[in-house]
Amino acid sequence: MTPIVRRHGATLAGFAAVAVALFAVAPSVLSTFRLSLLGQFVCFAMVAVGIGLAWGRGGMLTLGQGVYFGLGAYVMAMHMKLDDAGPGGVPDFMQLYGNGEVPLWWEPFRSPVITLVAVAAIPAAVAFVLGWAIFRRGVRGAYFAILSQALAAAFAILLIGQQATTGGTNGLNGFRSFFGYDLFDPVNKRMLFFIASGALLLMLLAAWQLYRSRYGELLVAVRDQEQRVRFLGYDPALVKTVAYVIAAVMAGIGGALFVPIAGIVSPDDVGVVPSIGFLIGVAIGGRATLFGPALGALIVAWAETSLSESFPSMWTYFQGVLFVVVVAFLPRGFASVSALWRRRPTPATEPAPQRQEATV
Amino acid sequence: MDTSSDSVKVGFVNSLSGTMAISEQTVHDSLQLAAEQINDSGGVLGKQLDVVSEDGASEPTVFAEKAGKLISDDCVAAVFGGWTSSSRKAMLPVVEGANSLLFYPVQYEGLEASDNIFYTGATTNQQIVPALDYLAEQGTESLFLVGSDYVFPRTANKIIKQYAKAHDIEIAGEQYAPLGHTDFSTISNKVKAAGADAVFNTLNGDSNVAFFKEYRNSGLTADDMPVMSVSIAEEEVDGIGLRNLEGQLTAWNYYQTVDTPENEKFVEAFRSEYGDDRVTSDPMEAAYTSLYLWKEMVEKAESFATDDVREAAGGVTFDAPEGTVTVNGDNQHIAKTSRVGAVGDDGLIHTVWDSGEPIEPDPFLESYDWAEGLSAG
Repeated sequence: MTPIVRRHGATLAGFAAVAVALFAVAPSVLSTFRLSLLGQFVCFAMVAVGIGLAWGRGGMLTLGQGVYFGLGAYVMAMHMKLDDAGPGGVPDFMQLYGNGEVPLWWEPFRSPVITLVAVAAIPAAVAFVLGWAIFRRGVRGAYFAILSQALAAAFAILLIGQQATTGGTNGLNGFRSFFGYDLFDPVNKRMLFFIASGALLLMLLAAWQLYRSRYGELLVAVRDQEQRVRFLGYDPALVKTVAYVIAAVMAGIGGALFVPIAGIVSPDDVGVVPSIGFLIGVAIGGRATLFGPALGALIVAWAETSLSESFPSMWTYFQGVLFVVVVAFLPRGFASVSALWRRRPTPATEPAPQRQEATV
Repeated sequence: MDTSSDSVKVGFVNSLSGTMAISEQTVHDSLQLAAEQINDSGGVLGKQLDVVSEDGASEPTVFAEKAGKLISDDCVAAVFGGWTSSSRKAMLPVVEGANSLLFYPVQYEGLEASDNIFYTGATTNQQIVPALDYLAEQGTESLFLVGSDYVFPRTANKIIKQYAKAHDIEIAGEQYAPLGHTDFSTISNKVKAAGADAVFNTLNGDSNVAFFKEYRNSGLTADDMPVMSVSIAEEEVDGIGLRNLEGQLTAWNYYQTVDTPENEKFVEAFRSEYGDDRVTSDPMEAAYTSLYLWKEMVEKAESFATDDVREAAGGVTFDAPEGTVTVNGDNQHIAKTSRVGAVGDDGLIHTVWDSGEPIEPDPFLESYDWAEGLSAG
């Protein structure tokens, strides 16, 4: 056995299990529709991986990841709308609700290259400016949570108000193609699922490497004892901002891939409620673990869909109960069940109790 | 779609949770009633209807997902439901992509005609335009526009302003409130200060409660400045409060008080199913009618296949509670009688004017000179 397998056997097995589940099991047992649905959940899982990093490791209770998900999603949606309209064309809804002209700030997204860069760069830039300003001033805990949530609310209201340029409450939908590929073709729908699954695996790998790195240690240290880290000569604001920016990029990519798979993005997908929904999945899965956040997001999304199919209107209650039960009996999420089984504490990955109160 | 067994699946997608649940539950109830009645009388082409219900959860994305599920997984013959324009817009690419059918039962802002959607509520020339005609006939020379900030009021007001320009009606003001907004003191003061002859109200949901309360508090009455509403039906009267609403005007195609034998049966059946305290409203009636229209189309086509049903749709009629309705084969809307009503002291709405005969649907207002260039900007 090579050393890496010996030291990280469980983690590598986890990666193998996720890969087999997404690339082999799911495509062979699910219908095209269900596979697309799972693809949407995989996009939520990407947001969750980012929240795991920012909240689980970094202690930043971010209640506004919907903003970054939305930025990525709207950038992609704008490109797809322009692409469908053809060179120089005007998207259908602008002719209906606007003055029939494409606003200047839409124009750059005609380019596929700019769009792909912007999907990551815009969330990163917004998160950097915001994170740097907030963390420099030592805003944390509940204040940071409230601020991030207010941002999500403001973002949704902004989108709704701009009927002519963002589609308002309708959002953007009715896409026909994704970089030239026909979205109604089942083969392309499967391809999108594989792209999303691949992206999720890459993000998990990135998170794993981050957690093992010196930076990962530093992030946990900032979460647990920010003042001590400062005395050691590090800048906690920078450490936190980096994690917040990475989380935003992951959410942006998740949003961008969500649009072609779901075929729609609307303010309802980016506001306060979905932002909290992302967080609940992470808490249920286990925020400080590697696979917990993604797994939690997938489980919660799957449960929401299947429960609302059998018991419409009951989902919200169930979500609440699940959240209470997990927080009360499994404060470290479902992923901690295996740790309980082994009866072995894993100090580096678990938040210290005294900080937990301040961050939640 | 599986049509080999002795039943056929149809899908209902209404918001049973979220902000729209209070309205859409009523539509769901009346669709269920229609399905039961059709099954009791022998089904469609001899097949019993097997209803699959999904919750749209008041979110466009969920509507798109659930419509996809009904079509791809359940293989339903047709989907019925939706309320907000955003829910319809979200389902449109889904039904078009799968070449399935959606029956949409609510009045809307027009400017749309999908080959895969049948619109059984009013389009603008069957609700808003007749309401404006009525106001103009009553000598209204200035209008104040109040609406929620989303697609329907914005589009409706665009049409209203164009109409006003052509008919020498002055627009004394135009105010929008965010959906769910409940502080209307500023807006109601502006309305009062503007001193228009009438108010055209496209507010939706809870905002109406606050608006009408404030309207009455500021001393405005239905006599000196009537409010014409297009989103308030029987269902909403109780919530807004009868004393705030008595005498105010609404525009629809159906009221519970409409005097037809079919309506008498409909109201009676609905009440015996769901209780005597329940009222019937325009969207409920349009939903009920939509299922029967689909039945007529299928039986005329002798097929459940989308293309056959669409082919057969033109000219299909049904003696609906609102009166006889006819499907327009070109734009897939239906010809409906337009009615202006006033809220009475019994909490119901009573017709004060009707168009006499069904008005042909014209979603793009092509037959109105004043509406030229509307959809382009």
